[in-house]
Amino acid sequence: MNLQVLAQVNSFLAALVLLTAFAMLSQRKINSLVTLFAWQGLFLSINTAVVGFVASKHHLYISSLLTLSIKVILLPYILHVLVVRLKIRKEVETIVNIPTTMLIGIALVIFSYHLTAPVREMSTLITRSTLAVALATVMIGLLMMITRKHAVTQIIGFLAMENGLFFAATSATYGMPLVVELGVALDVLIAAFIFGIFFFHISTTFDSLSVEQMESLREDN
Amino acid sequence: MIAPIELSIISVVAFVIPVLFVVVIGNDPRRLIRMSFSVSALASLFSVVAGAMAVAGHNVEQLVLPLGLPTLPFHLRLDQLSGFFIFVVGLLSFFVSVYSVGYVSGLGAGKPVKRLIVFYNIFIAAMFMVCLADDALCFLVAWEVMAAASYFLVMFEDGRSENRRAAYLYMVMAHVGAVLILLSFGVMAGVTTGFEDFSCYTFDAMRAAKFPLKWATVAFLLSFFGFAAKAGVIPFHVWLPEAHPVAPSNVSALMSGVMLKTAIYGIVRITFDIIKVFPWWWGTMVLVLGLVSAVMGVLYALMQHDLKKLLAYHSVENIGIILIGIGLSMIFTSFHLPVMAALALIAGLYHTMNHAMFKGLLFMGAGAVLHATHERNMDEMGGLIHLMPWTSAFFLVGCISISALPPFNGFVSEWLTFQAFLLSPSLPVPLMKLLIPMGAALLALTGALAAACFVKVFGVIFLGNWRGHSQHVVTEAGWSMRAGMSLASLACLCLGVLPAIVINWMDAISESLLKARLVTTSGVYGWMWLTPVDPERASYSGPLVLIGIVAVCAVTYLLLHVKPGNISRVPVWDCGFKKLTPKMQYNAVSFSMPFRRIFGFLFDIKEQIRLVPQHQHPAFPENSQYYLRVRDRFWGWLYKPVIDRVVLLSRKTGMLQHGRIHVYLIYSFVTIIVLLALL
Repeated sequence: MNLQVLAQVNSFLAALVLLTAFAMLSQRKINSLVTLFAWQGLFLSINTAVVGFVASKHHLYISSLLTLSIKVILLPYILHVLVVRLKIRKEVETIVNIPTTMLIGIALVIFSYHLTAPVREMSTLITRSTLAVALATVMIGLLMMITRKHAVTQIIGFLAMENGLFFAATSATYGMPLVVELGVALDVLIAAFIFGIFFFHISTTFDSLSVEQMESLREDN
Repeated sequence: MIAPIELSIISVVAFVIPVLFVVVIGNDPRRLIRMSFSVSALASLFSVVAGAMAVAGHNVEQLVLPLGLPTLPFHLRLDQLSGFFIFVVGLLSFFVSVYSVGYVSGLGAGKPVKRLIVFYNIFIAAMFMVCLADDALCFLVAWEVMAAASYFLVMFEDGRSENRRAAYLYMVMAHVGAVLILLSFGVMAGVTTGFEDFSCYTFDAMRAAKFPLKWATVAFLLSFFGFAAKAGVIPFHVWLPEAHPVAPSNVSALMSGVMLKTAIYGIVRITFDIIKVFPWWWGTMVLVLGLVSAVMGVLYALMQHDLKKLLAYHSVENIGIILIGIGLSMIFTSFHLPVMAALALIAGLYHTMNHAMFKGLLFMGAGAVLHATHERNMDEMGGLIHLMPWTSAFFLVGCISISALPPFNGFVSEWLTFQAFLLSPSLPVPLMKLLIPMGAALLALTGALAAACFVKVFGVIFLGNWRGHSQHVVTEAGWSMRAGMSLASLACLCLGVLPAIVINWMDAISESLLKARLVTTSGVYGWMWLTPVDPERASYSGPLVLIGIVAVCAVTYLLLHVKPGNISRVPVWDCGFKKLTPKMQYNAVSFSMPFRRIFGFLFDIKEQIRLVPQHQHPAFPENSQYYLRVRDRFWGWLYKPVIDRVVLLSRKTGMLQHGRIHVYLIYSFVTIIVLLALL
């Protein structure tokens, strides 16, 4: 395959990642949110493999497999179990309404493109144009954490941010060294476990998973 | 023959032994106290010998310890200046350790004696290390250990909120000072290497460097104010009257007697040994601050009726007097008058030693009085001279010494300071011509006020009748407390009677720092006469004065007692009133009333007299109540605004913390966006 086609594939996958990010931003149901997160992981994993093929860096295949197993299978499974165990049936509660969130998201994408413009001009990598998407994904993940009240959606936002970072790493520099990626994967896994344990505690303490309840922990002055 | 520096290191290490005792024989408090303070006393004696040898030895010893950070080992150095301070610290530590055997035993059960022993020894060892340190790192480590140990000693009775507050205030002031000192060392080490690295952290490297005036001024100001915060120079004195009353008295004696002196050591070390060349206004600044501290300190002391608070304010005064000597010496040095500089420096250092002795003695006496009466307010005491004859005699020695009266030591050093003042008309700057006579007058005023203050202290506590309400059985202090106090009294007397010998010994310091000796001090006239400048101008003979005083006393005694019937005891004339009660005596508040009237504008005074009608009409009051509150104006001027600002600022900052995760996330989100957009 020639490089041009591969660059097109890379851009297409980037678009899909961004699309899933927006879909997650607009999704109200928690189960669908988990599914969307799995999709995002899948696109990420394919993208990593493609980049690995283009740059003929074989360790990227390993990280692609790692992404597939952790972010597409394991984490969604854990989150799913969590949702079932904690009997979360409610729709996702938001602080800001969804159209506004989407508008802010669009503004963030434009901002990221504006921000990465100088990088795009200087870089010679074929994947350089996807850096803006990666940055936008990070910011949208953070935005999701801010605008959602529910603790489970906040961890999904956090994991989406991590996806964006990973995407940035593969598109900007053809991936980090394998050791670092292994470490990051382990971190994410452990973070998910810790979050899971905390959720159980939070829900037993507050009878709710809404993080607004935690305001009562504040020291009064 | 063991070298002085080795001896002093042995002494520092020996202070670990009492700490080990706490672990080994901690369950037998009586034995623990006796053994650990004996070892502390012995270890202090080692340092006394090491210090005395170092000053007399005319040579400088250096040592690099395999301690500290990997590339920054600790350097030690024992020269004449550090030897002198080690001598002073060791001497008072010896007296106080002897005293502590009895004092700590008498503190009673339930007090954290083990903690006291541990930190007491760490504290003294750290003071020795401060004097020995020859690099910025070792100095600051020792300095901070000293501050931390003394913090825990001030916190001795941490059950009371007033003690915790005092200790906290002390900690804050100590740290502000330490930060300034750290910055000063940073500047000096930086200038030496051109701000490249920290390899010139040794004092040796700083000594070799030539500082540009701008940086030298920065370094000097930083270090001076840093040390001033520790020494309690006005306006940094606020922690002293808070911390001293709440600490155990043996600790107060050490803190006031020698810990403040480590700050003096630091100032002398940095100005005379490291920077060496400076303009005359530095010395003028030190002189002015010294004068302010001396006068204000004694005035504040006069207003107090809490015995230990009063002594704490006197420390402020005496630090002021020491700084006057050092400031004068700096002025003379900058005008290249080495002999006069040597005179002023010796005066300052002599007063350092004297103050250590008599203030240690006074705090020990105060401890004995407090211990016996369980009372801190002087107005509740009286007539103790009958119940505690020994303690009152020793306390009287301290009072005479601090009031600068012959034949005791306070007189000698203040007299030397006056001599330095009287030599000053030879200075070429008009401002100095104006300032010097004023300074001399203020110093004289300080001495007079100090004497008035100690007339009040001795009179109210030891003379007259018991004023208190409590019917506590007052007994004389135990043998070890008496021993500690008598040793300190003896030191006061010796330093006052034989100054020529002491100054001859101390001359090595001025020779090493200023390259000048007070040659005329002795030699021709021997040990009898102290003639700092010129025998034609001024001379003082301690032994002759002592003989004179003893002779006058003896003659008076003989004249009164030789013929029976010369003395007859009659009832006190009651001025026509029927009943005289102890309440009608002069007390601390009434004695200081004239000073409150004259110098009232310097204080924040609230005075109220309320008439209390009990049964009858208000026109016929049965009783009156007097209320007096005297406060330090500096607190309101300088400290309260700062504290208020800090509290306000932290309130405002606290508003940022909602406890809502979303808000925190928004903070980081906005920060990221702003940073990305700006950079």
